[in-house]
Amino acid sequence: MALNHTPQFVPASDQSVLVKFGEEISNEVHQQVFTFYHFILKMPIKGVINIHPAYASILFTLEQNAGLHKTLTLIKKSWKASTQMRIPEARQVKIPVLYGGEFGEDMDRVSQHTGLDPVEIIKRHQGGSYLVYFTGFSPGFPYIGGMDPSLSTPRLTTPRKQVPAGAVGIAVEQTGIYPLSSPGGWNLIGQTPIKIFDWPHPTDLRVRMGDSIKFISVTKEEFDQLKENVT
Amino acid sequence: MSLEILRAGLQTTVQDLGRFGAAHLGISASGAADSLSMRIGNLMVGNPENTTAIEMTLTGDTILFHSDAFIALAGSKFKIDLDEKPFPFWSGTYILAGQVLTIGPTLNGARCYLCVRGGLQVKKIINSASTHLTSGIGGLNGSILKKGGRIAFGNLDNMIQPIKNMENFPSTDTTTIRATKGLQWDWFDNQNRKLFFEKEYQVSTLSNRMGLRLSGQSILSSKGNEIITEGMPLGAIQIPGNGQPILSFVEHQTTGGYPKLANVISADLYKVGQLKPRDQFQFQLVEFPEAEKARLEQENYIRSLKVHCR
Repeated sequence: MALNHTPQFVPASDQSVLVKFGEEISNEVHQQVFTFYHFILKMPIKGVINIHPAYASILFTLEQNAGLHKTLTLIKKSWKASTQMRIPEARQVKIPVLYGGEFGEDMDRVSQHTGLDPVEIIKRHQGGSYLVYFTGFSPGFPYIGGMDPSLSTPRLTTPRKQVPAGAVGIAVEQTGIYPLSSPGGWNLIGQTPIKIFDWPHPTDLRVRMGDSIKFISVTKEEFDQLKENVT
Repeated sequence: MSLEILRAGLQTTVQDLGRFGAAHLGISASGAADSLSMRIGNLMVGNPENTTAIEMTLTGDTILFHSDAFIALAGSKFKIDLDEKPFPFWSGTYILAGQVLTIGPTLNGARCYLCVRGGLQVKKIINSASTHLTSGIGGLNGSILKKGGRIAFGNLDNMIQPIKNMENFPSTDTTTIRATKGLQWDWFDNQNRKLFFEKEYQVSTLSNRMGLRLSGQSILSSKGNEIITEGMPLGAIQIPGNGQPILSFVEHQTTGGYPKLANVISADLYKVGQLKPRDQFQFQLVEFPEAEKARLEQENYIRSLKVHCR
């Protein structure tokens, strides 16, 4: 593995700076992004009001009055300091999922597309070890990598107007969980009873950047019980 | 002290200057679409700049005041009457309990702000009362204001002297919007860059606080239309596969996967907030130092108003 070579620091606008660690989606690049992200959460940078981590980069939004060059230099310094930090250990998070049936409306579609029967799909989906690369796009939405490529299925041609919170789906080579009820075009294969995002406690994410996650199949009874416990 | 919505406008929301510090949780800042006007409006009634106010879009509301109030309207001029008599714009004005303010259609740009001395008393989430319509949070139940909605106002802590008379108002000319090079500038060849800055674009009717869809000259990327998803700056001009630019705005997604050709400069973001569907405008390329200078000048301008109030 290439050791942390210096990332690129470039202005993205006159009020934001992108720190770019590479041009690929990989665990190695993720570790660098995650280490720096972790460091800035603990040691905020003067003049920065928002950070947007992603697969291979972090975008910094500056305060209205902050100097672009000056803040870029502070970000560089902060990165340098962060490389002295130990890579934080990944949390292990288990996500219970009720697969198929009324909550997995697109199981047949995935089955047709992959040529696998639902039992095999569930087995392979559960079998994966997944990494949450980052949270982005919309509130609490985890970008999850590590799905078995044999489960790859194209998005629905017409997105659903409403997908319930907790829905677990597949879109091309990604799997994901809908944190909130929203429109969506992913193939739904199941649902988790736990709230992965909750508005009264937005900072208390159940699934966070850097987490290692496992999907665990549950029965309808277990699902209902877990659902009661969270509401 | 409270006010009540007797007739709801087209898309009226409660806003302040935005919710910062949560982009890493997928939550974009939201906040006033024309923050410059809202800041000035607040100063006119002696509020700190970041005080919670009402943002109206294209057509305003009819509002009954249940108590005396000191208010100012800022941003684009809308048709405004107080008890059926014309009401001043860009000016702090006293009104009495029982009076009705009727804010009709716009007379120029897209947004008008109602700032009330003491601010609106709305519950804050992550230090902000801003409504984020696409995620359904903030403001009043995360939604637009509706008929019958009642909001308390008038927390008089931290008050300052209101601005008396102002001479320079922000320019209302939205025909030119300045932009710097975007993160994927080198994904576009010279011809496409040139076309982008030469041609006029029209604001599509599908535009909202999340983003403005522009129609006009199609722009072709030489490296495709999908990047490795990365953070999205406010004002980013993204080029999707159909070549029609999308301008990311206050409720933008925190990350995105389209290449970004350019980025509206901070000092012109308030103009974007005043663009209406079907408005036409042109982008003008500027370098980063010039963009930054314009931003800091705008901040100095606001500061000079505050000096005035002391």
